[in-house]
Amino acid sequence: MTDLVVRAEGLRKRFGKTQALDGVDLTMRRGTVLAVLGPNGAGKTTAVRVLATLLRPDAGSAFVAGIDVLKEPQRVRRRIGLTGQYASVDEDLTGTQNLVLIGQLLDLRTSDARRRAAELLEWFDLAEAAGRMAKTYSGGMRRRLDLAASLVGHPEVIFLDEPTTGLDPAKREDMWGVVRNQVTQGASVLLTTQYLEEADALADEIVVIDKGRVIAHDSPDGLKRRVGGLTLRVRPAEESRVPDVLRILDAVAAPGTSSSPDTAAGARPGAVSVPVTGDTALDIAVPALRRAGIEVTDLALHLPSLDEVFHSLTEGVPAKELV
Amino acid sequence: MTTLDATLDHPRGGSAAALLRHATALARRSLIKTARTPEALLDVTLQPVIFLLLFTYLFGGAISGGDRAGYLQFLLPGMLAQSLAMGGIALGQNLNADIEKGVFDRFRSLPVARSAPLVGAVAADIVRYLTVCVVMLGFGMLIGFRVQTGFVPALAAVGLSVAFGLCFCWISVWVGMLVRTPGAVQGLMFLLVFPLSFGSNVFVQTSTLPGWLQWFVHVNPITPLVSTIRGLLIGGPVASHLVVTLAWMAGLLLVFVPLALRGYARRA
Ligand SMILES: Nc1ncnc2c1ncn2[C@@H]1O[C@H](COP(=O)(O)OP(=O)(O)OP(=O)(O)O)[C@@H](O)[C@H]1O
Ligand SMILES: [Mg+2]
Repeated sequence: MTDLVVRAEGLRKRFGKTQALDGVDLTMRRGTVLAVLGPNGAGKTTAVRVLATLLRPDAGSAFVAGIDVLKEPQRVRRRIGLTGQYASVDEDLTGTQNLVLIGQLLDLRTSDARRRAAELLEWFDLAEAAGRMAKTYSGGMRRRLDLAASLVGHPEVIFLDEPTTGLDPAKREDMWGVVRNQVTQGASVLLTTQYLEEADALADEIVVIDKGRVIAHDSPDGLKRRVGGLTLRVRPAEESRVPDVLRILDAVAAPGTSSSPDTAAGARPGAVSVPVTGDTALDIAVPALRRAGIEVTDLALHLPSLDEVFHSLTEGVPAKELV
Repeated sequence: MTTLDATLDHPRGGSAAALLRHATALARRSLIKTARTPEALLDVTLQPVIFLLLFTYLFGGAISGGDRAGYLQFLLPGMLAQSLAMGGIALGQNLNADIEKGVFDRFRSLPVARSAPLVGAVAADIVRYLTVCVVMLGFGMLIGFRVQTGFVPALAAVGLSVAFGLCFCWISVWVGMLVRTPGAVQGLMFLLVFPLSFGSNVFVQTSTLPGWLQWFVHVNPITPLVSTIRGLLIGGPVASHLVVTLAWMAGLLLVFVPLALRGYARRA
């Protein structure tokens, strides 16, 4: 048995004039989380749809759970769970009916399907809404029902296409908990996201794709090293204190870097940012700012945004050094 | 792992049993939706009633030279056929909407036969075609229609009607797979169903028509269906019309089921 639950090589798919996938290679080790990171239109959904047997690629090969996706899609379908980017719950059915239907299509006996549905609804905090039509659910509730639907059959490989888009921060963390829980139970999870933060929080490995091509495949740490890691951003209440803040933050700057006025795209002037190596920077910076009597209105650690990730990966230089 | 794999890869009871089970589960889904939105049944309840009233009372006198009661006897079996053909349009629209919403993506990612979601949806339409028959015959009798044959032939007429509906609706399913929006399904299907139902023997005796139109009426699948139902409800020859009708039904299935399945598979 191979250690790779997802193995795709040279996937290509064209829609009219758009080359959605332009030779994508992907691998995911059993029992891990792989995050596919990319901006709008990068080809994330297309890649997931190919792997989940919904779409035939023009070229390339893909194996999921060791089975050829193109030759034996039915066998693959018995081993995967898919939550697509757009909620695919049936609005006119209740939460329970949605999940029981899927259980029946997975050949569970109706009593088992009911039991599994109740268990999942409980787990996703939907027990109270179980008997209501899904069209009365909020966006977040639909999303959770959709996720529950992909877990009915205890899949070995789970595909989640932007599972947290549209969720509030608390529900997003809940979703992360669900993903981690699935992995402890032995599943492997491939998820797509537009946030490095999310990929960093969940994934063992990150694949960055852009315009249908893989531009990086690395561990979160490796990727962060390449794109410049954490940034500490501080906004003093009075803009006149910016020079003092610059001086204080220089003391916590990562080796070979220095603080600078924050010039990130769209940022309001008057903030200072500095690349740091870890959150211990806060232990030094916060007391120092206090001692200097500088009042701050904003102080936060940031991972590079997707923009910055792309900028540095495509330019080959950490974004910070370009400023 | 190998024993687990073996049970994983073989559906309970073999693939035919699995298709039946999955299609039944999916048909139940459609029926739940119908029960939740009864207004979706207007096209098989109120609409045929209005058509029947319109043609009996507004045009009936003129068409028949005053013999409204006699015209109703002639008209109702034909209108039943027309309503069946129209009743299938909604199916293609619903399937089209489901696909656009992504509901079918989920079914496609599950280990069910490719045809199961379509077969299930078609099977659930039995209820709509039965409704058409009950409404047409029930309301028809209220305004004076009388079955002149007997209970068994009438039952056979209902059975044939439902069966024909189930075959004819595959055209709508196919169109539902091809076009982008539910509105387009309706538009295209009306373009097909209107000439078929009006260019037939539903409303007038074929002998009153010009030659080229008679030719169209004769090659129209609605015509033998109407003749058969007429025979079964008010008397007259049945067997010869029934043979042609059954041949058309088989032909519709042979052509449009594969087309619909192919359209479904291609729809990414
Ligand atoms: N069915 C389709 N027909 C035509 N073009 C398509 C189709 N599906 C995707 N595309 C195009 O292929 C490209 C990749 O799309 P894809 O949905 O895979 O991107 P994505 O990375 O998932 O983006 P997003 O973050 O917006 O979801 C886009 O340019 C998109 O417009
Ligand atoms: Mg997408």
